Amino acid sequence: MSNPKFYGAGFPYRTIKEVPGTLIVLEGTDGVGRSTQVDLLRTWLEDEGFAVSDTGLKRSPLCEPGLEAAKNGHTLSPLTMSLFYATDFADRLENQIIPALKAGFLVLSDRYFYSIIARDIVRGADPERARQVYGFALKPDIVLYLRTDITTLTTRMILGGGFDHWESGMDIHCADNLYDSFRLYQTQVMEQLDGMATEYGFTTIDASRSIHEVFEDLRRAIKPLLPRIR
Amino acid sequence: MLQPNPYPGKLIIVEGIDGSGKSTQIDLLAKWLRAKGVVVYFSEWNSSPLVKSTTKLGKADKMFTPTTFSLLQATDFADRWQNKILPMIKAGAIVLADRYAFTAFARDVARGVDRDWVRTVYSFAFQPDLAFYFRVPIEIAVERILTGRASLKYYEAGMDLGLSENKVTSFRLFQQRILDEYDKMVSEYGFTVIDGASSVQKQQKLVRQVVMRLMDSWQPLSIPAMPTAKKGHTHRNPLTEVSHE
Repeated sequence: MSNPKFYGAGFPYRTIKEVPGTLIVLEGTDGVGRSTQVDLLRTWLEDEGFAVSDTGLKRSPLCEPGLEAAKNGHTLSPLTMSLFYATDFADRLENQIIPALKAGFLVLSDRYFYSIIARDIVRGADPERARQVYGFALKPDIVLYLRTDITTLTTRMILGGGFDHWESGMDIHCADNLYDSFRLYQTQVMEQLDGMATEYGFTTIDASRSIHEVFEDLRRAIKPLLPRIR
Repeated sequence: MLQPNPYPGKLIIVEGIDGSGKSTQIDLLAKWLRAKGVVVYFSEWNSSPLVKSTTKLGKADKMFTPTTFSLLQATDFADRWQNKILPMIKAGAIVLADRYAFTAFARDVARGVDRDWVRTVYSFAFQPDLAFYFRVPIEIAVERILTGRASLKYYEAGMDLGLSENKVTSFRLFQQRILDEYDKMVSEYGFTVIDGASSVQKQQKLVRQVVMRLMDSWQPLSIPAMPTAKKGHTHRNPLTEVSHE
């Protein structure tokens, strides 16, 4: 991106003039196959000779240990979870993503702030305020939204070993059991993401198909963004 | 603009730069109120167990940026807000807070974050029923801090801003920026300004007068009578205990 743009005030204490790299975001609910695709994309892009950096939620050196402990202890409320994840996101954006983009890397981000605010809103956050908190977020070059139906998601969860407490929204008591809670919670998260697809201009990809078919679609969408080698 | 407190309890907070004497004053206020039989809960800035280890890590390794510092302290405040401050106000207690959201509005903006953005982050908090601002000239505050103190800490001195190589100079410049932000908030949030350079006793007298006026029109939660204790045991009301978390 030649002229980096932010959703709000950005980082007023920093001058970020030019970032030669490209920020590619994969969005979608839990279990939609994002990490599989990130791995495939990384291999493909590195094969093509690009320097690739990848990142994902809860992976910041500052917040990962504390956030992990808080989740295991189930001591997070929707409000504190929202702010703790915002801290994690800001740390990765300022200390990993932006420096990598400045160095000309292709950055593959496994989710961005969109699914964080989708979850926050499902947990009762004010939609307007949730968006404003991420006023420091950099606008990506492309957001690829992997989308599938709730039944396919549920089946993938079962194949993957079962349901997770947080991914099922058990902290907000969607239902009295993991299965029903997962379906209710993920359906609501998906509704939020669907709404954002137009608002933020996501490229929606049908993720109910085979890994290979999805990958081909992703490649087709990413190719025009890649810098030409002369 | 923060939303007004709709609950029966009262929220009284103190603000001011480091060395303004606010902690001394709120401590005296707490003791005075308790002696009068009022149920008081005390909360201190940056004291929630939820983010303690993360704060420690960030400070030790100097990992903070103005944005992450701001968001992590907001997480800390949110945790205390939801688990302590809010339930106490709902129950009808007097909550005394040594620093409040205004500390973030002053310090984080002094570090360079956007003024409106940080206000949005804290928009869940209530406007306090009383907000005391202890205003002191920078030189007095700096002298108080440096007396009987080995050295200033990195973030405390605002060394992350690169204002000066010298810690004391950096501290002075950083505190001046904070002071400027506080001054701008006096009318924005209706601070009761107390001259922090006057004597401790004189300040406390003023503080008590203002608090008395607030309590005139208000029925404080009284401490319930405790069942007669067995010999050798003393029942204590947990609500009246000071909590430093």
